[in-house]
Amino acid sequence: MSSLKKIIINPIFNENPIVFQILGICSALAVTSKLETSIVMSLAVIFVLSLSNLAVSLIRNHIPSSVRIIVEMTIIASLVIIADQLIKAFAYDISKQLSVYVGLIITNCIIMGRAEAFALKNPPLQSFMDGIGNGLGYTVILLTVGFFRELIGSGKVLGMTVLQLNTDGGWYIPNGLFLLPPSAFFLIGLIIWALRTWKPEQIEEE
Amino acid sequence: MSNDSTKKTITVALGVCLVCSILVSTAAVSLKSIQDRNKELDKLKNILSAGDLYHDGVDINAVYAERIQPELIDLETGLIIPETDFTKKLNPAKFDIKAMAKDPEFSKEIPSELDKGDIGRMPTKMAIYKVMDGNDVSRYILPMYGKGLWSTMYGFMALHTDITTIMGFTFYEHGETPGLGGEVDNPRWKRLWIGKQAFDMDGNIQITVVKGIVDPMSEEADYQVDGLSGSTLTTRGVDNLVKFWLGDTGYGTWFSRIKEQQITQSNLLEGGDL
Repeated sequence: MSSLKKIIINPIFNENPIVFQILGICSALAVTSKLETSIVMSLAVIFVLSLSNLAVSLIRNHIPSSVRIIVEMTIIASLVIIADQLIKAFAYDISKQLSVYVGLIITNCIIMGRAEAFALKNPPLQSFMDGIGNGLGYTVILLTVGFFRELIGSGKVLGMTVLQLNTDGGWYIPNGLFLLPPSAFFLIGLIIWALRTWKPEQIEEE
Repeated sequence: MSNDSTKKTITVALGVCLVCSILVSTAAVSLKSIQDRNKELDKLKNILSAGDLYHDGVDINAVYAERIQPELIDLETGLIIPETDFTKKLNPAKFDIKAMAKDPEFSKEIPSELDKGDIGRMPTKMAIYKVMDGNDVSRYILPMYGKGLWSTMYGFMALHTDITTIMGFTFYEHGETPGLGGEVDNPRWKRLWIGKQAFDMDGNIQITVVKGIVDPMSEEADYQVDGLSGSTLTTRGVDNLVKFWLGDTGYGTWFSRIKEQQITQSNLLEGGDL
């Protein structure tokens, strides 16, 4: 496998930012009550993560170590604002649902973490790809969680009724717990269990 | 030059700030017009949906222009503000309820004993929307807002010209818990309001959001709406804000003007028959 390809593929299952590195949990709880918001959030994170990695990597040889974190934060914050503005302009309804969470991408540990751990030490192209890869890893988990939460919590997928609710004359009694953030913990926990059963090398040593 | 010299540190910091600020301001300025249009369209959409004129795929601007006639009223006197008094801010087409509620010139503080909706300040002038059927008004759409559990909820209520039958209710902005209090914007719940009576025969506000489900056999059923389960405080907020805006501090004065007008008009008509 070529190294670029590996950089993209690796974070999806082998070193997934959420379930392996346990980063970015907060937003994974907050925006996944519906699949649609999960998708937009994932796209925003991929956008910010790849470009922040690229930008940090481009100036990595010039960043003074004393203001390293602040420089990274400035770049990340600017990209997040731009992403937020774009969503407000082109997906207004969704921006209302995501509300503050787009802004909170700034504090998403994945982005800072990748800038520190990868972009500061690697050339631009690899860093950009690493951003895409980790963004995709984040996406896979968000979509899985969002899919199950929307399905179990409101009987819908992408707003379309799949399980007819009892209140609408159907048979399905929705599980309201799945609309609340804690349910994402259960789902992420189950995903971690499944993934570590499939790939035992991810299990930490006692 | 070493990366950690003071000069380099300042240069890099300034450089990064400069580039970032240019990018951010370019994005903000260039997208502003599209965002404003979205907001405006969203508000119109909600006015139409309160008036039961919105369905997927309708041309919002066209329907609005054809069926809705905005009007500016003075909440304290109940009088309609004539078009000649419109200014840049005081204009039903551009009416921004949040900005108006903060503007010292067009708003007032609500005495705490009257402030059922817990909103602090309210505009003294309000833009309302008349739904027209040809030349006749078929219903009034009234902006309302008040505190829920987490947020201020903004919405519209549509009232029949009899000033008591509710024809629609919708929230267009709130930050309540999704799935629980957030269900205030659930179309199914909003539909429950249609046909309910806001006032009893004596003109007292009777409409109430009850806890649980309304007993359809009860005499009060016409004045009651199901509460949302799992969201007692949001529901109470809705109940409070509806009572506030229907009351004397809210649209009360204007309601009595409208009723007076209707009586004079019907008297005139009867007089004509003689």
